Formats: sequence, C-alpha cells, structure tokens
Amino acid sequence: MPVRHGLLALLSSGPRHGYQLKIEFEASIGATWPLNIGQVYTTLSRLERDGLVKPGESDEQGRVVYTITAAGQEEMARWFGTPVAQSDRPRDELVIKLAMAVAAGKVDVAEVIHRQRTATMRTLQQLTRAKRAATEGAARRLVLDSMIFQAEAEQRWLDHCEAVLKEER
Amino acid sequence: MTVVRLAEVARVHGEGATAVHALKGVSLEVDAGELVAVMGPSGSGKSTLLNLAGGLDRPTSGTVHIGEHDLATTRDLAALRRREVGYVFQDLNLITSLTAVENVMLPRELDGVRPRAAREEAMAVLAEIDAADLADRFPEELSGGQRQRIAIARALVGGRCLLLADEPTGALDTRTGDDILRLLRERCDSGAAVLLVTHEPRYAAWADRVVFLRDGMIADTTDASLVSAR
Repeated sequence: MPVRHGLLALLSSGPRHGYQLKIEFEASIGATWPLNIGQVYTTLSRLERDGLVKPGESDEQGRVVYTITAAGQEEMARWFGTPVAQSDRPRDELVIKLAMAVAAGKVDVAEVIHRQRTATMRTLQQLTRAKRAATEGAARRLVLDSMIFQAEAEQRWLDHCEAVLKEER
Repeated sequence: MTVVRLAEVARVHGEGATAVHALKGVSLEVDAGELVAVMGPSGSGKSTLLNLAGGLDRPTSGTVHIGEHDLATTRDLAALRRREVGYVFQDLNLITSLTAVENVMLPRELDGVRPRAAREEAMAVLAEIDAADLADRFPEELSGGQRQRIAIARALVGGRCLLLADEPTGALDTRTGDDILRLLRERCDSGAAVLLVTHEPRYAAWADRVVFLRDGMIADTTDASLVSAR
C-alpha cells in the first residue's frame, strides 16, 4: 500500500490538502509514478475511515485540510519499521519469457538476450540522463538510483544467462 | 569532428592453429564531445580495442586514425600519443613520490614544456575539475576517487582531446564511481572525446553510445542518441 503510507508520511510533517499531497508526492518520487488526484481523495477517505487521518476545516478555496492522527503516526512507524518482502512484487515477464525460450528449444535465445540487453541499456541511459538533470531533491535522485540498480541487475543477469547458455551448447 | 576512427580493424595474436583473433573487423568512430562506452565479457577484445585506439598496439589489418593522422604511417607515434591521447586506468595511475600537481605536470614536462608553464597548465586543469585544493597532496594522502580525478586531470593536461579510460571506476563504490563518470561526461560536454571500457552497465549508461563487444566483434550498439546528434 505505498500510496496510503506515502500520504501518511507527508502528513506527518504537517496538515495538507489533497492537491498539495499530490504535488509533494510527485516531487519526491518523480515523473515515473504520476498520482491522479482522484486516487489521492479515495485514499484519504479510506485513511479517514480507518481513523489514521482526520479532516479539518476547508480553506478559502473550499479545500479540506487533513491532519495525521496518533493512530496514523503509529501506522506510519510500523510501515517504516517493516521490511518489504520480495514476494510482494509482481512476477517478472522477462524471466518467464527467457525461461520459456530456453524450455521451448526452438527459439533463438541468444537473439532474445541481445535485443533485451540493448533495450535495457537504452532505458539505463535515459534514467542516467534524468538523474543528471535532477539537480534538486535527493528523494527523486534516489528513486532514479533505485531504477538504475534494477536495470543494472537485469543487465547483469542477461550477461549471466548468455554465459551459461554458451557453456551448455 | 571525428577524433578517433577505427576502420575494419583486426588483431591476431600468434600464428597458425594457435592464433588468437582478439578483434575481427571492428569499425568505430568517436567524435569530439562524444562519450562512447565499450562493454563485453573478459576476452571479448575490449582492452585490445582501447590499446589500438590509442596507438599502444598495432592492428594486424585495418586502419586507425587519430584526427588526421593514420597511425600506421605516423613517424613519431610516441609524440603523437603524448600530444593527443590521455589514459586513465583502474589503478597504478599516479607516481607515489610526486604530488598531485607534479603528476599532472609530468606529461607536459616530457613534451619539453618548462616547469613553470607546466605547473600553470596543471593548475588550470585541476581547477577545471574542482581539484585545485588537492594539488600539493601525495597520492597516498588522497582517497580512491580523488586519485582518479587527478589521473583524469593528467590525461587531459595540455589540451589533449582523446581520453581512453579502462575500467576507471574499478575499485570505487558506486557513488564515487558516479562522480567519476559525471566528471568524464562534463569533459565530453566541453569538447573532449572519451572512449570508456567498462563491464558495469551503470557506468556505460553515462555514454552517448554503448557498443557491445562479443568474441572480437561488435554484437550490438545503442543508437546514436539525441545528445550526440546535436
């Protein structure tokens, strides 16, 4: 539930209204994960239902300002204190594709690896350019770094696949 | 403007049945302002490619040009190398008994530049890469990342426009490694040509173009990017 907890984390430094939360969330995470305003309000009403935030008065433009509750503070601390399980992440299509290519036997696996490696390197180049451009905001740079490390891991794994399959031939 | 051009370059070590074909007809150009990364597993020919590009080794067939000079017909190759080409390696870069600025001055003094002028040039390059405050330190008083910065300054001093880097981020942590690549990138943006050999995708990704070498041949290349097409 990263959006839910992300909003709690932002509210922990002071009351904010929905649009402000959207802007600050995107400023921290970067354009890689845009948040639509509807999602922000749905999440806020669920947080309110669960007693983790409470709405205050509307400002002069009719926007409701939300405040984090003690239960909300507790939930946020629990979230930061709990490691993320690997199995919570979705299955990787590339892993399945390559395993199937090897299992099927009739596919040119080396070609699948080549294409993917070049595509992944292009992604890595784009991410690196974005990181160079992101001069302000350590949060955003670290998000990009995370994506860079993931793309790099994929690249290394592809090299490894190529080396192993070459040996088997 | 093309700074280094390899055309159908092959390099064979040994002869007959035991011959090793390190490179098999590789063509590659690096322009001024361009950062090109070469990736590949050990034994794919990366270092051979770099040595040929810098005139440290000669091809069995094919041609190598640095600027207008065909290396095969260049009379004083050592002088051309000193004038045009800078090298940065993984380690063993600096002379431990010389200070940072003395290390950077050294290639210019070998060129016959007087010490005072060589020192001025060295200080100018150090200032350009924000390392002027390290000038009087000895290599052992510097961190790994700082030593690599000094090595890059030495590779660039005297207006050399081609920089060949062989795993320059070797033993550095990723943050310091990123700093080194940022520095190389900035040098490219101010006109140098850099050919970088690395086996680390994260560093190759700083390049305008990434060339994948397999068994002595170019297996694939990422497209020339918008940056290099300016």
